[in-house]
Amino acid sequence: MNRFLRDSGHLARPALVLVAGLAVFLVVRGAVIPKNFGKYGHYRPAALDLIRQHPAAFAGQDQCLACHDEQAKTRASGKHAHVACEACHGPQAPHAADFVNVKPALPDVAALCARCHENDAAKPKNFPQVVTAEHSGGVVCNTCHQPHNPHL
Amino acid sequence: MEMTRRDLLSQCSKLLVLTATAARALEQAGNAPAPGDTYHMADHWWGMIIDIDKCIGCGNCVRACSQENQVPAGYFRTWVERYQVTEDRDHPLVESPDGAINGFPPTTRPGVKSFFVPKLCNHCADSPCTQVCPVGATFISPDGVVLIDPEYCLGCRYCIQACPYGCRYYHPEKDIADKCTLCYHRITKGLTTACCEACPTGARQLVDLKNPKDPVHAFLRDHKVQVLKPQMATGAKIFYNDLDGSVR
Repeated sequence: MNRFLRDSGHLARPALVLVAGLAVFLVVRGAVIPKNFGKYGHYRPAALDLIRQHPAAFAGQDQCLACHDEQAKTRASGKHAHVACEACHGPQAPHAADFVNVKPALPDVAALCARCHENDAAKPKNFPQVVTAEHSGGVVCNTCHQPHNPHL
Repeated sequence: MEMTRRDLLSQCSKLLVLTATAARALEQAGNAPAPGDTYHMADHWWGMIIDIDKCIGCGNCVRACSQENQVPAGYFRTWVERYQVTEDRDHPLVESPDGAINGFPPTTRPGVKSFFVPKLCNHCADSPCTQVCPVGATFISPDGVVLIDPEYCLGCRYCIQACPYGCRYYHPEKDIADKCTLCYHRITKGLTTACCEACPTGARQLVDLKNPKDPVHAFLRDHKVQVLKPQMATGAKIFYNDLDGSVR
Protein backbone atom coordinates (compact mmCIF):
# COMPACT_ATOMS: atom_id res chain seq x y z
CA MET A 1 0.00 0.00 0.00
CA ASN A 2 2.76 2.41 0.99
CA ARG A 3 4.62 1.60 -2.12
CA PHE A 4 1.57 2.24 -4.22
CA LEU A 5 1.15 5.71 -2.68
CA ARG A 6 4.81 6.54 -3.22
CA ASP A 7 4.74 5.40 -6.83
CA SER A 8 1.59 7.36 -7.70
CA GLY A 9 2.96 10.59 -6.20
CA HIS A 10 3.67 11.99 -9.66
CA LEU A 11 -0.09 12.01 -10.34
CA ALA A 12 -0.67 14.62 -7.67
CA ARG A 13 0.60 17.55 -9.71
CA PRO A 14 -1.55 16.96 -12.82
CA ALA A 15 -4.49 16.38 -10.50
CA LEU A 16 -3.82 19.74 -8.87
CA VAL A 17 -3.63 21.43 -12.29
CA LEU A 18 -6.90 19.77 -13.28
CA VAL A 19 -8.68 20.90 -10.13
CA ALA A 20 -7.31 24.45 -10.46
CA GLY A 21 -8.37 24.55 -14.12
CA LEU A 22 -11.84 23.35 -13.22
CA ALA A 23 -12.12 26.00 -10.51
CA VAL A 24 -11.09 28.76 -12.93
CA PHE A 25 -13.59 27.45 -15.48
CA LEU A 26 -16.42 27.47 -12.93
CA VAL A 27 -15.58 30.96 -11.68
CA VAL A 28 -15.36 32.41 -15.20
CA ARG A 29 -18.55 30.61 -16.23
CA GLY A 30 -20.39 32.00 -13.22
CA ALA A 31 -19.17 35.51 -13.98
CA VAL A 32 -19.93 35.43 -17.71
CA ILE A 33 -23.38 33.83 -17.79
CA PRO A 34 -26.05 36.43 -16.95
CA LYS A 35 -28.28 36.02 -13.94
CA ASN A 36 -31.25 33.71 -14.44
CA PHE A 37 -30.12 32.78 -17.96
CA GLY A 38 -32.35 29.96 -19.15
CA LYS A 39 -35.24 30.70 -16.81
CA TYR A 40 -37.79 30.78 -19.67
CA GLY A 41 -35.58 29.45 -22.45
CA HIS A 42 -32.13 29.91 -23.93
CA TYR A 43 -32.01 33.67 -23.29
CA ARG A 44 -31.66 36.39 -20.64
CA PRO A 45 -35.02 37.05 -18.93
CA ALA A 46 -33.87 40.62 -18.13
CA ALA A 47 -34.15 41.35 -21.88
CA LEU A 48 -37.95 41.25 -21.57
CA ASP A 49 -37.94 44.07 -19.01
CA LEU A 50 -35.39 46.00 -21.04
CA ILE A 51 -37.61 45.87 -24.15
CA ARG A 52 -40.69 46.80 -22.11
CA GLN A 53 -38.99 49.99 -20.91
CA HIS A 54 -39.11 51.55 -24.39
CA PRO A 55 -41.30 54.67 -24.19
CA ALA A 56 -44.52 54.75 -26.23
CA ALA A 57 -44.91 57.53 -28.82
CA PHE A 58 -48.59 56.86 -29.56
CA ALA A 59 -50.80 57.60 -26.56
CA GLY A 60 -53.78 55.51 -27.73
CA GLN A 61 -57.47 56.30 -28.28
CA ASP A 62 -58.53 56.22 -24.64
CA GLN A 63 -56.12 58.96 -23.65
CA CYS A 64 -57.24 61.25 -26.53
CA LEU A 65 -60.93 60.77 -25.73
CA ALA A 66 -60.37 61.59 -22.06
CA CYS A 67 -60.21 65.29 -23.05
CA HIS A 68 -61.34 65.67 -26.67
CA ASP A 69 -64.91 64.45 -26.26
CA GLU A 70 -66.37 67.06 -28.62
CA GLN A 71 -64.27 65.95 -31.58
CA ALA A 72 -64.99 62.35 -30.62
CA LYS A 73 -68.74 63.02 -30.81
CA THR A 74 -68.43 64.64 -34.25
CA ARG A 75 -66.30 61.77 -35.48
CA ALA A 76 -68.57 59.06 -34.10
CA SER A 77 -71.46 60.23 -36.29
CA GLY A 78 -69.47 60.13 -39.54
CA LYS A 79 -67.52 57.87 -41.84
CA HIS A 80 -64.30 58.38 -39.88
CA ALA A 81 -65.84 56.88 -36.73
CA HIS A 82 -63.34 54.04 -36.63
CA VAL A 83 -60.25 56.04 -37.59
CA ALA A 84 -58.10 56.60 -34.49
CA CYS A 85 -57.09 60.20 -33.67
CA GLU A 86 -53.40 59.45 -34.05
CA ALA A 87 -53.89 57.92 -37.51
CA CYS A 88 -54.08 61.50 -38.82
CA HIS A 89 -52.66 63.60 -35.96
CA GLY A 90 -49.56 61.44 -35.50
CA PRO A 91 -47.96 60.23 -32.26
CA GLN A 92 -49.25 62.36 -29.36
CA ALA A 93 -47.88 60.72 -26.21
CA PRO A 94 -45.77 63.83 -25.40
CA HIS A 95 -48.92 65.97 -25.73
CA ALA A 96 -50.95 63.58 -23.57
CA ALA A 97 -48.26 63.64 -20.90
CA ASP A 98 -47.95 67.46 -20.87
CA PHE A 99 -50.90 69.05 -22.69
CA VAL A 100 -50.12 72.52 -21.32
CA ASN A 101 -46.73 72.93 -22.94
CA VAL A 102 -46.76 70.45 -25.86
CA LYS A 103 -49.15 71.65 -28.55
CA PRO A 104 -49.45 69.36 -31.58
CA ALA A 105 -49.20 70.88 -35.06
CA LEU A 106 -52.23 70.51 -37.34
CA PRO A 107 -51.76 67.90 -40.08
CA ASP A 108 -51.00 68.95 -43.66
CA VAL A 109 -54.48 68.33 -45.03
CA ALA A 110 -53.62 68.23 -48.74
CA ALA A 111 -51.07 65.43 -48.34
CA LEU A 112 -52.96 63.66 -45.56
CA CYS A 113 -56.31 63.17 -47.30
CA ALA A 114 -54.76 62.17 -50.63
CA ARG A 115 -52.63 59.48 -49.05
CA CYS A 116 -55.77 57.52 -48.23
CA HIS A 117 -58.29 58.77 -50.78
CA GLU A 118 -56.26 59.25 -53.99
CA ASN A 119 -57.60 56.88 -56.61
CA ASP A 120 -55.58 53.68 -57.08
CA ALA A 121 -56.65 50.46 -58.78
CA ALA A 122 -55.08 48.45 -55.95
CA LYS A 123 -57.39 49.94 -53.31
CA PRO A 124 -60.54 48.03 -52.33
CA LYS A 125 -63.39 48.87 -54.72
CA ASN A 126 -65.76 49.99 -51.95
CA PHE A 127 -63.27 52.45 -50.49
CA PRO A 128 -64.11 56.11 -51.34
CA GLN A 129 -61.47 57.37 -53.78
CA VAL A 130 -61.05 60.48 -55.92
CA VAL A 131 -58.60 61.76 -58.50
CA THR A 132 -57.72 64.88 -56.51
CA ALA A 133 -56.69 66.95 -59.54
CA GLU A 134 -60.14 66.45 -61.13
CA HIS A 135 -62.14 66.35 -57.91
CA SER A 136 -61.26 69.73 -56.43
CA GLY A 137 -58.98 71.41 -58.94
CA GLY A 138 -56.39 72.24 -56.30
CA VAL A 139 -58.80 73.46 -53.60
CA VAL A 140 -57.76 72.04 -50.19
CA CYS A 141 -60.03 69.24 -48.95
CA ASN A 142 -61.16 70.90 -45.72
CA THR A 143 -62.56 73.88 -47.61
CA CYS A 144 -65.66 71.70 -48.15
CA HIS A 145 -65.17 68.58 -45.99
CA GLN A 146 -64.89 68.56 -42.21
CA PRO A 147 -62.11 66.01 -41.52
CA HIS A 148 -63.80 64.72 -38.35
CA ASN A 149 -67.05 64.10 -40.23
CA PRO A 150 -66.29 64.43 -43.94
CA HIS A 151 -69.85 64.06 -45.28
CA LEU A 152 -71.00 67.26 -47.03
CA MET B 1 -19.31 7.76 15.13
CA GLU B 2 -20.84 4.78 13.48
CA MET B 3 -23.52 5.73 10.88
CA THR B 4 -26.18 3.27 9.89
CA ARG B 5 -27.79 3.25 6.51
CA ARG B 6 -31.00 4.51 8.11
CA ASP B 7 -29.16 7.51 9.59
CA LEU B 8 -27.51 8.33 6.29
CA LEU B 9 -30.78 8.26 4.35
CA SER B 10 -32.53 10.35 6.96
CA GLN B 11 -29.75 12.99 6.96
CA CYS B 12 -29.71 13.08 3.16
CA SER B 13 -33.45 13.60 2.86
CA LYS B 14 -33.32 16.42 5.43
CA LEU B 15 -30.58 18.11 3.43
CA LEU B 16 -32.57 17.71 0.23
CA VAL B 17 -35.68 19.29 1.71
CA LEU B 18 -33.65 22.18 3.15
CA THR B 19 -31.82 22.99 -0.10
CA ALA B 20 -35.01 22.73 -2.15
CA THR B 21 -36.80 25.17 0.14
CA ALA B 22 -33.86 27.56 0.12
CA ALA B 23 -33.60 27.41 -3.68
CA ARG B 24 -37.31 28.08 -4.06
CA ALA B 25 -37.17 31.04 -1.68
CA LEU B 26 -34.15 32.46 -3.49
CA GLU B 27 -35.86 32.11 -6.86
CA GLN B 28 -39.00 33.89 -5.67
CA ALA B 29 -37.05 36.67 -3.96
CA GLY B 30 -35.00 37.27 -7.12
CA ASN B 31 -37.93 37.39 -9.51
CA ALA B 32 -40.63 39.25 -7.67
CA PRO B 33 -42.66 41.16 -10.30
CA ALA B 34 -42.52 44.95 -10.18
CA PRO B 35 -45.29 46.39 -8.01
CA GLY B 36 -48.37 47.32 -10.00
CA ASP B 37 -47.44 45.11 -12.93
CA THR B 38 -50.51 43.03 -13.69
CA TYR B 39 -49.23 41.58 -16.94
CA HIS B 40 -48.83 37.79 -16.92
CA MET B 41 -46.92 36.42 -19.88
CA ALA B 42 -48.45 32.96 -19.55
CA ASP B 43 -51.96 34.37 -20.19
CA HIS B 44 -51.20 35.68 -23.70
CA TRP B 45 -50.24 34.41 -27.12
CA TRP B 46 -49.93 37.32 -29.50
CA GLY B 47 -50.49 37.42 -33.22
CA MET B 48 -52.06 39.64 -35.86
CA ILE B 49 -54.78 39.53 -38.48
CA ILE B 50 -54.20 41.41 -41.73
CA ASP B 51 -57.24 41.91 -43.92
CA ILE B 52 -56.05 42.43 -47.51
CA ASP B 53 -59.59 43.53 -48.43
CA LYS B 54 -59.27 46.55 -46.18
CA CYS B 55 -55.70 47.72 -46.87
CA ILE B 56 -55.56 50.98 -48.84
CA GLY B 57 -51.77 51.26 -48.97
CA CYS B 58 -51.64 54.60 -47.16
CA GLY B 59 -48.42 53.69 -45.35
CA ASN B 60 -49.72 54.90 -41.96
CA CYS B 61 -48.46 51.69 -40.34
CA VAL B 62 -44.95 52.17 -41.73
CA ARG B 63 -44.76 55.77 -40.50
CA ALA B 64 -46.23 54.90 -37.11
CA CYS B 65 -43.75 52.05 -36.65
CA SER B 66 -40.84 54.32 -37.55
CA GLN B 67 -41.97 56.99 -35.11
CA GLU B 68 -42.77 54.59 -32.30
CA ASN B 69 -39.57 52.56 -32.53
CA GLN B 70 -37.09 55.08 -33.98
CA VAL B 71 -36.41 52.81 -36.94
CA PRO B 72 -33.40 54.21 -38.86
CA ALA B 73 -34.23 55.86 -42.19
CA GLY B 74 -34.22 53.41 -45.07
CA TYR B 75 -34.89 50.40 -42.82
CA PHE B 76 -38.30 48.95 -42.01
CA ARG B 77 -39.82 46.76 -39.33
CA THR B 78 -43.04 46.76 -41.31
CA TRP B 79 -43.64 47.74 -44.92
CA VAL B 80 -46.39 47.54 -47.52
CA GLU B 81 -46.06 45.91 -50.94
CA ARG B 82 -48.28 46.57 -53.93
CA TYR B 83 -48.84 43.53 -56.12
CA GLN B 84 -49.92 43.78 -59.75
CA VAL B 85 -50.68 40.33 -61.07
CA THR B 86 -51.07 39.66 -64.77
CA GLU B 87 -52.06 36.29 -66.26
CA ASP B 88 -48.47 35.22 -65.68
CA ARG B 89 -49.14 34.52 -62.00
CA ASP B 90 -45.57 33.47 -61.28
CA HIS B 91 -44.16 36.90 -62.07
CA PRO B 92 -46.24 39.59 -60.40
CA LEU B 93 -44.97 43.17 -60.33
CA VAL B 94 -44.19 43.98 -56.70
CA GLU B 95 -43.41 47.52 -55.61
CA SER B 96 -42.70 49.06 -52.23
CA PRO B 97 -41.23 52.53 -52.74
CA ASP B 98 -39.39 53.42 -49.50
CA GLY B 99 -41.37 50.67 -47.77
CA ALA B 100 -44.49 52.73 -48.64
CA ILE B 101 -43.67 55.15 -45.82
CA ASN B 102 -45.34 57.86 -47.91
CA GLY B 103 -47.93 55.63 -49.56
CA PHE B 104 -47.86 54.76 -53.26
CA PRO B 105 -48.00 56.72 -56.52
CA PRO B 106 -51.15 55.74 -58.51
CA THR B 107 -50.91 52.39 -60.30
CA THR B 108 -49.23 52.41 -63.66
CA ARG B 109 -51.07 49.37 -65.01
CA PRO B 110 -54.83 49.79 -64.64
CA GLY B 111 -57.02 46.81 -65.50
CA VAL B 112 -54.61 44.38 -63.82
CA LYS B 113 -55.40 42.56 -60.59
CA SER B 114 -53.73 44.62 -57.90
CA PHE B 115 -53.78 44.80 -54.11
CA PHE B 116 -51.66 45.78 -51.12
CA VAL B 117 -49.86 43.37 -48.78
CA PRO B 118 -48.59 44.78 -45.48
CA LYS B 119 -45.70 42.77 -44.08
CA LEU B 120 -43.95 42.50 -40.74
CA CYS B 121 -42.31 39.88 -38.56
CA ASN B 122 -44.56 36.81 -38.48
CA HIS B 123 -43.69 36.05 -34.85
CA CYS B 124 -43.38 32.39 -35.75
CA ALA B 125 -43.98 29.80 -33.06
CA ASP B 126 -41.20 27.68 -34.62
CA SER B 127 -39.05 30.52 -35.87
CA PRO B 128 -35.96 29.76 -37.94
CA CYS B 129 -34.25 32.97 -36.78
CA THR B 130 -34.17 32.02 -33.10
CA GLN B 131 -32.85 28.56 -33.91
CA VAL B 132 -29.68 29.88 -35.56
CA CYS B 133 -28.67 32.45 -32.93
CA PRO B 134 -25.36 31.23 -31.48
CA VAL B 135 -25.62 33.16 -28.20
CA GLY B 136 -29.29 33.12 -27.25
CA ALA B 137 -29.80 36.80 -28.07
CA THR B 138 -33.00 36.23 -30.02
CA PHE B 139 -35.81 34.23 -28.56
CA ILE B 140 -39.54 33.59 -28.43
CA SER B 141 -41.02 35.14 -25.30
CA PRO B 142 -43.48 33.10 -23.21
CA ASP B 143 -46.30 35.17 -24.77
CA GLY B 144 -45.27 34.31 -28.32
CA VAL B 145 -43.31 37.36 -29.47
CA VAL B 146 -39.97 36.93 -31.24
CA LEU B 147 -37.57 39.44 -29.66
CA ILE B 148 -33.91 40.45 -29.72
CA ASP B 149 -31.91 41.12 -26.57
CA PRO B 150 -30.13 44.35 -27.61
CA GLU B 151 -27.44 43.95 -24.96
CA TYR B 152 -26.63 40.36 -25.86
CA CYS B 153 -26.69 40.39 -29.67
CA LEU B 154 -23.24 40.09 -31.26
CA GLY B 155 -24.36 41.33 -34.67
CA CYS B 156 -23.31 38.15 -36.50
CA ARG B 157 -26.28 38.44 -38.89
CA TYR B 158 -27.11 34.68 -38.93
CA CYS B 159 -30.73 35.43 -38.01
CA ILE B 160 -31.05 38.00 -40.80
CA GLN B 161 -30.18 35.30 -43.31
CA ALA B 162 -32.35 32.70 -41.61
CA CYS B 163 -35.61 34.67 -41.70
CA PRO B 164 -37.56 33.42 -44.73
CA TYR B 165 -39.66 36.59 -44.75
CA GLY B 166 -36.80 39.14 -44.82
CA CYS B 167 -38.10 40.80 -41.67
CA ARG B 168 -34.78 41.48 -39.97
CA TYR B 169 -32.15 44.09 -40.72
CA TYR B 170 -28.75 45.08 -39.41
CA HIS B 171 -29.08 48.25 -37.35
CA PRO B 172 -26.49 50.65 -38.79
CA GLU B 173 -25.88 52.53 -35.51
CA LYS B 174 -26.35 49.91 -32.83
CA ASP B 175 -24.49 47.20 -34.81
CA ILE B 176 -27.00 44.53 -33.86
CA ALA B 177 -29.82 42.72 -35.63
CA ASP B 178 -33.14 44.54 -35.30
CA LYS B 179 -36.76 43.71 -36.06
CA CYS B 180 -40.42 44.19 -35.17
CA THR B 181 -41.09 43.66 -31.44
CA LEU B 182 -44.85 43.62 -32.01
CA CYS B 183 -44.58 46.79 -29.88
CA TYR B 184 -43.88 44.60 -26.85
CA HIS B 185 -43.57 47.74 -24.72
CA ARG B 186 -47.15 48.66 -25.68
CA ILE B 187 -49.01 45.35 -25.74
CA THR B 188 -47.74 44.46 -22.26
CA LYS B 189 -49.35 47.69 -21.00
CA GLY B 190 -52.75 47.06 -22.55
CA LEU B 191 -52.19 49.22 -25.64
CA THR B 192 -52.31 47.97 -29.22
CA THR B 193 -49.29 48.14 -31.53
CA ALA B 194 -48.39 51.48 -33.15
CA CYS B 195 -49.21 50.11 -36.63
CA CYS B 196 -52.66 48.88 -35.54
CA GLU B 197 -53.32 52.16 -33.70
CA ALA B 198 -52.52 54.17 -36.84
CA CYS B 199 -54.28 51.92 -39.38
CA PRO B 200 -57.31 53.94 -40.55
CA THR B 201 -59.30 51.03 -41.99
CA GLY B 202 -58.72 48.33 -39.39
CA ALA B 203 -56.82 46.21 -41.91
CA ARG B 204 -54.40 45.29 -39.14
CA GLN B 205 -55.67 43.88 -35.86
CA LEU B 206 -53.50 42.81 -32.95
CA VAL B 207 -54.92 39.56 -31.57
CA ASP B 208 -54.40 37.53 -28.42
CA LEU B 209 -54.98 33.90 -29.32
CA LYS B 210 -55.11 32.85 -25.66
CA ASN B 211 -57.85 35.33 -24.76
CA PRO B 212 -61.19 33.53 -25.21
CA LYS B 213 -62.99 36.89 -25.56
CA ASP B 214 -60.77 38.12 -28.42
CA PRO B 215 -62.78 38.57 -31.66
CA VAL B 216 -59.97 36.70 -33.44
CA HIS B 217 -61.65 33.36 -32.74
CA ALA B 218 -64.84 34.39 -34.55
CA PHE B 219 -62.76 35.92 -37.35
CA LEU B 220 -60.71 32.77 -37.88
CA ARG B 221 -63.92 30.71 -37.88
CA ASP B 222 -65.72 32.89 -40.41
CA HIS B 223 -62.89 33.69 -42.83
CA LYS B 224 -60.52 31.76 -45.01
CA VAL B 225 -57.14 32.88 -43.76
CA GLN B 226 -53.63 32.00 -44.80
CA VAL B 227 -50.12 32.61 -43.47
CA LEU B 228 -47.12 33.52 -45.64
CA LYS B 229 -44.97 30.61 -46.86
CA PRO B 230 -46.91 27.86 -45.05
CA GLN B 231 -44.62 25.29 -46.68
CA MET B 232 -41.79 26.54 -44.43
CA ALA B 233 -43.71 25.27 -41.34
CA THR B 234 -42.60 28.26 -39.29
CA GLY B 235 -45.81 28.46 -37.27
CA ALA B 236 -46.35 32.06 -38.42
CA LYS B 237 -48.92 33.97 -36.36
CA ILE B 238 -49.69 36.79 -38.81
CA PHE B 239 -52.91 35.62 -40.47
CA TYR B 240 -53.83 37.11 -43.84
CA ASN B 241 -57.43 37.25 -44.95
CA ASP B 242 -58.10 36.92 -48.69
CA LEU B 243 -54.44 36.49 -49.58
CA ASP B 244 -53.75 35.89 -53.27
CA GLY B 245 -51.70 32.83 -54.22
CA SER B 246 -49.16 34.99 -56.05
CA VAL B 247 -47.94 36.58 -52.80
CA ARG B 248 -44.58 35.33 -51.61
